[in-house]
Amino acid sequence: MVMLKVDNLRVKVEDKEILKGISLTVDKGELHVVMGPNGSGKSTLALTIAGHHRYQVIDGRILFEGEDITNLPPEERAKRGIFLSFQHPIEVEGVKVIQFLQRVLKNLKGLDEIQAYELIFNAVQELGLDESMLARFLNVGFSGGERKKLEMLQAYLVKPKLLILDEPDSGVDVDSLKMIASVINKLHEEGTSVLLITHYGRILEHLKPNRVHVIKEGKIVASDGVELVKMIEEKGFAAVEEL
Amino acid sequence: MSEHSKLEEILKAGSLEEILGTAVPYPKEIELKGKISRETVEELSRIKNEPEWMLRHRLKALELFEKLPMPKWVVGIEELDLESFSLYSKPELEREVKDWDDLPENIRRTFERLNIPEIEKKFLSGLTAVFDSESVYSQLKEEFEKKGIIMLPMEEAVKRYPDLVKRYFGKVFPPGDHKFSALHHALWSGGAFVYIPKGVRVPFPIEAFFVIGSALEGQFEHTLLIADEGSYVHFIEGCSAPMYKGFSFHDGMVEIYAHKNATVKFTTIQNWSRNVINFNNKRAIIEENAYVEWIEGSIGSHITYTYPSSVLKGEGARTAQYVVSLSNGPYLKDTGAKTWHLAPNTSSKIVSKSISANGGINIYRGLVRIAKGAKNSTATVSCDSLILDEKSKAYTYPHNQNDEPSASIIHEATTGRLSEDKLFYLNSRGIKEEEAKSLIVLGFISEILEGLPFEYVEVLKKVIELEFSEVGGVG
Repeated sequence: MVMLKVDNLRVKVEDKEILKGISLTVDKGELHVVMGPNGSGKSTLALTIAGHHRYQVIDGRILFEGEDITNLPPEERAKRGIFLSFQHPIEVEGVKVIQFLQRVLKNLKGLDEIQAYELIFNAVQELGLDESMLARFLNVGFSGGERKKLEMLQAYLVKPKLLILDEPDSGVDVDSLKMIASVINKLHEEGTSVLLITHYGRILEHLKPNRVHVIKEGKIVASDGVELVKMIEEKGFAAVEEL
Repeated sequence: MSEHSKLEEILKAGSLEEILGTAVPYPKEIELKGKISRETVEELSRIKNEPEWMLRHRLKALELFEKLPMPKWVVGIEELDLESFSLYSKPELEREVKDWDDLPENIRRTFERLNIPEIEKKFLSGLTAVFDSESVYSQLKEEFEKKGIIMLPMEEAVKRYPDLVKRYFGKVFPPGDHKFSALHHALWSGGAFVYIPKGVRVPFPIEAFFVIGSALEGQFEHTLLIADEGSYVHFIEGCSAPMYKGFSFHDGMVEIYAHKNATVKFTTIQNWSRNVINFNNKRAIIEENAYVEWIEGSIGSHITYTYPSSVLKGEGARTAQYVVSLSNGPYLKDTGAKTWHLAPNTSSKIVSKSISANGGINIYRGLVRIAKGAKNSTATVSCDSLILDEKSKAYTYPHNQNDEPSASIIHEATTGRLSEDKLFYLNSRGIKEEEAKSLIVLGFISEILEGLPFEYVEVLKKVIELEFSEVGGVG
């Protein structure tokens, strides 16, 4: 069953075309990796699928579970089961993590505050996170690793149908990386489809991708099995073009 | 009334209009209209059956009102034709009010809809309710009366405790300060008089609640709060009005005298409907080692001018002024705080948080003055503006003057805009724009909300959510 189908997607930001006809299909339960050099359009792809207004679709479509979601607002996409783990999670002063998570679970899962609290509390224990994080303001003063872990906690709570991860491995230490990978694996094992964007590939040591895509200058230049990762690590992105 | 019905009803109501509704006509016993003249003031005094000294006070204030120029910084009020307003409006009360049930139904229902009787019962030491120009209800729980606490409608205090009232009335905020303080002193009516004896701590807040029931009215209530040495009191002031056509004008005054070692917290939650032009005159004199905390929350009204002020008169006196102003829609809030340091080792803190949305304008106007000889005094001013869209604006006009070399004033100001990325982050978690805005606004003022009792925080949260809901809030 097709979970996500991106069909000849062209996207511009302000007046610059960033994605120049991307097509890709992720089936239910699959884990796809998108790699590529800086500025190739990886984050644009993630943010466009999640519905950021700044990214204007000028051609093509995004289908989710067979339905066209190209023009849906971001909160609607979230309600249908798309979750984006941000490369740079945003600080929201004055909003405590616990309140935020309760709100998210109310909106996306219909849970009341008490149900949400129990779920959050258990998940924090299970993932080995520091409870005191819940009383802090959302991402305010969080280290890079803490922010990424909080994104993973959210994903774990929400259990999306499609989890998009925008460089979950950038700016994190080895222990955080392991925790992040383990959450991805847990969700993947439970049937979540995953679209993982990474620049480095080091997180891939902990994961079993079904397919790897390489983006360059807004186009997919290669799609293959996990062996593509190895080649890139050895020879760099330049080698991909020679395929 | 059932245990939780009212709070729940308020929390669940779809809009503020649902809570108070549209103004309905009601019988008025007396209404004074027309020219603001000696005759009007004499008539008002006669209706109130006041002692001679109060009439003289009013007439002196009237002279000042006629002489004083319109303050330059006032916009909007000069367009009002004050003489088209009822200067005094007394709702018809059938009998002496000892209980809510003694009030006419329309008035009782207004307060019930705002959950006031329930809050009083569960949570307050005493309550004064003012409808139009009169205090229609005033009860202090018996146990507190026994401790010597006085809480009375202002008029009654003038008659029963003339010496006490004379000592303070108009001494903290004199008529001659500006045109509107003069007008207030000439026409004042209603409000609460509170006296806390030496060493008495009032465990639960005392509240005064003000309602302007119909259009084209002036409300000039006067609250005088005296905290004697070492006493403690938290006074909460709420304001509300139903919707009507045309404007009403509010020119209220609060005078606080905090004696040595006393603590006074004074909280205002102003949620007038969009028909009210709101002008406030609030000042405290703070003696040695006493502390006064103002929380001024301005949510409703068409235009609001309010600058709670603290005069740090005694050595070691302290004050904190928290000012929250929300202008959501084509409305203006001109708010701020003023502090005078007149003695050594005094300290003050001003925290202003303004939120402008949908074309709203906020102006912060502040004054901190440290007089020569106020050695080692410290003042901090922090002034944060949150602007939610391109149409909305915020301005700050702080004025700091330090004449004492050993004292210091620290001033910080920030302006934040709701960024597209912040909004998207919340959207991507299933939180819609309106909901995201109210979340961000509540977060922005969370520091100030923490200082409020739970019941009020819940209602305020609901009010702010309504402000940003799709149907729109007040007005």
